Amino acid sequence: MSTSLMAQSTSRIGVETKTYFRAPDTLFFTFFFPFVMLAIFTAAFSAAGEVGPPGAQISVGASYLPGMIAAGILLSGVQNLAIDIAQEKSNGTLKRLGGTPLSPVGYFLGKIGQVFVTGTLQAALLIIAGALVLGIELPTDPAKWLTFAWVFVLGLTTCALLGIALSALPRSGKSASAVVIPVVLLLQFISGVYLQWNMLPTWLQDFASLFPLKWIAQGMRSVFLPEAWESLEQNGSWNLPGVAIALGIWLVVGFVLSRLTFRWIRRDA
Amino acid sequence: MKTTRTDAAVRIRGLSKVYGGVTAVDELDLDIARGETFALLGPNGAGKSTTVEILEGYRLRTSGEVSVLGVDPARGGLDWKSRIGIVLQSSGETGLLTVTEMLRHFASLYPNPRDVDEVIAAVGLEAKAKTRIAKLSGGQQRRVDVALGIVGRPELLFLDEPTTGFDPEARRRFWGLIRSLKAEGTTILLTTHYLDEAAQLADRAGVIAGGRLVDVGAIDEIGGADARRPIVRWRDAAGTVREVRTDEPGRHVASVVAGLGREPVGLEVIRPTLEDIYLGLVQSTAPATTAEEALA
Repeated sequence: MSTSLMAQSTSRIGVETKTYFRAPDTLFFTFFFPFVMLAIFTAAFSAAGEVGPPGAQISVGASYLPGMIAAGILLSGVQNLAIDIAQEKSNGTLKRLGGTPLSPVGYFLGKIGQVFVTGTLQAALLIIAGALVLGIELPTDPAKWLTFAWVFVLGLTTCALLGIALSALPRSGKSASAVVIPVVLLLQFISGVYLQWNMLPTWLQDFASLFPLKWIAQGMRSVFLPEAWESLEQNGSWNLPGVAIALGIWLVVGFVLSRLTFRWIRRDA
Repeated sequence: MKTTRTDAAVRIRGLSKVYGGVTAVDELDLDIARGETFALLGPNGAGKSTTVEILEGYRLRTSGEVSVLGVDPARGGLDWKSRIGIVLQSSGETGLLTVTEMLRHFASLYPNPRDVDEVIAAVGLEAKAKTRIAKLSGGQQRRVDVALGIVGRPELLFLDEPTTGFDPEARRRFWGLIRSLKAEGTTILLTTHYLDEAAQLADRAGVIAGGRLVDVGAIDEIGGADARRPIVRWRDAAGTVREVRTDEPGRHVASVVAGLGREPVGLEVIRPTLEDIYLGLVQSTAPATTAEEALA
C-alpha cells in the first residue's frame, strides 16, 4: 500500500515550492519579471502624463497593473511548468520519481500547488507594490474582488495545465527555454499586456482572442480599471461571460492534453 | 492486488528485447531467490541495462515472461513500486534541496520508510545532511542516490553501478551497508564493472554478453573448473612459448626442467584471476563480425 494521495501531494508542494525559490532563473524570469516590466513601462511612459478616456484618466502604472497581473499568471503557470517539467524529464528527476510509489496525480497536484503558492504571492506583491510604490488606487467594491478571485483561480489553473501539456514539446531540457519563452513572449505582446489593448488592430485582437492570455488580461482590466475604460474593449464590453467560457475551454484542452502527453520517461525511445 | 508468493524474487523466462531490428536481449532465463544478492556482470552494450530496466518497469519487453516480486513489471502499480528500490546510474538533477529535505520527501512517498537520520548515517553523510545536494562531490551525490533507493525499505533493491566515483574507503563502507541490508533479508540485484565488488557482495553472479546470459553461478564457480586451472608457461629449447593448463603445476614444472636439463626460460605459473575468467567468458562470446569489421 502506498501513502495517501493527500500526504504525497502535500509533500510534493513543499519541495516544489522550495525548489522554485532556490532557482535563480525561475525567480527572475517568472517571479520578478512582471515587476521588472511594470517598473520599466512606468518609468518609460510616465512623462506622457495620464492615459485613458476623458474623465477617467489614470497613471501609466495603473493602466499597466492588470496586464502585469495577467502576465504573472501566464508565466507562473505556462512558462514555469513547461520549462520545469521538460528539464525534469531530461535530467532524470522524473525517471527517479517514476520508480517510487508517487502517483502521477500526486506529482501534478504538487506542480499545481506550487503554481498557486508562487502565483498568489506574486499577484499579492504586485498589487501591494502597485498601491504603495506607484500609488495606484485599488477597487473597494467587493464584487470587483470576487471577479478578481474567479478570474485568477480559473486563469492560473488553466495556465498550469497548459504548462504541463506544453512541457511535452521541447525535445530536451536545454532547448526548453528556447521553445517556451518565445511563445509566451509573443502572447504577451498581442494580448494587451505590454501594448495597450485598444491600440491593437482588430485582426490582431481577433487572433489574440483565440488564446487564454487575452481573456485573463481582460478580466483583470475589468477589476482594476475605471468603468469608463469598458468602452475601449472589443464590442465596448468587459464580456466576463466570454472570459469564463474561453478560459473554461482552454482548461479542458489543457487537462486533456496533459493527460495524453505525460509520461514519467520516454519509454522505448 | 494479485501477488503470487514464490521463492523467486525475480523470475525471467525467454526474455527478448528488440530495438528497431537490433536484438539487445536474446531469450534470457534467470531466477533470483528471495534474500539473495545477485551480480549481473557484462561489458557496456551487452544488454545488462536493458534487462534491468525491464525488471524495474521502465522498459517494455518484446517477448518472454517476467515476474518481479510476483508481479509483471510492465503492469506494476504503486503498491508494487513501494516494495522495490531503484538506484539508477548517476543523474543530473538540479540538487537544490538539502540531503535531509530530499530524503524526508522520498520517505513520505513510502508506506513504511526507514528513519531518515539513520539512512543518512548509514551512507556516511551526517556531516553533509544540511548541505544542498548540488554542492556535494560526485561520490557524495552517489551516496545520496543510494540513500534514496533504500529509504523506502524495499524488499528488492536494484543497484546500477552503485560505487562509480567512490574512493576505496567509501566503497568499503558501502559494502558494509549492502551486507547489513542483506542481513535484513533484502534481495539485491547489482550491476557492476568491478569484479572485486561482485566477489565481495554477491552470492551468485551472471555474465551477460551479446544479450545472452553466458554463465551463471557462485562467484568462485563462474566459468567452470577448467577456467580456474593454473597455467604453466615457459619457452622450450627452440625458444617457442609453450602453455599448459594443469591441476599439478609443480609436477609439470619438474618434468619440464627434467626434459630441458636446465632452468626453463620465462617460466610462469599463473592462477587465473576472476578478471581473467570474466574476460575469457566475454571475449569467447564476442560477435565474430567484429574481427571481420576490423579487417575491412
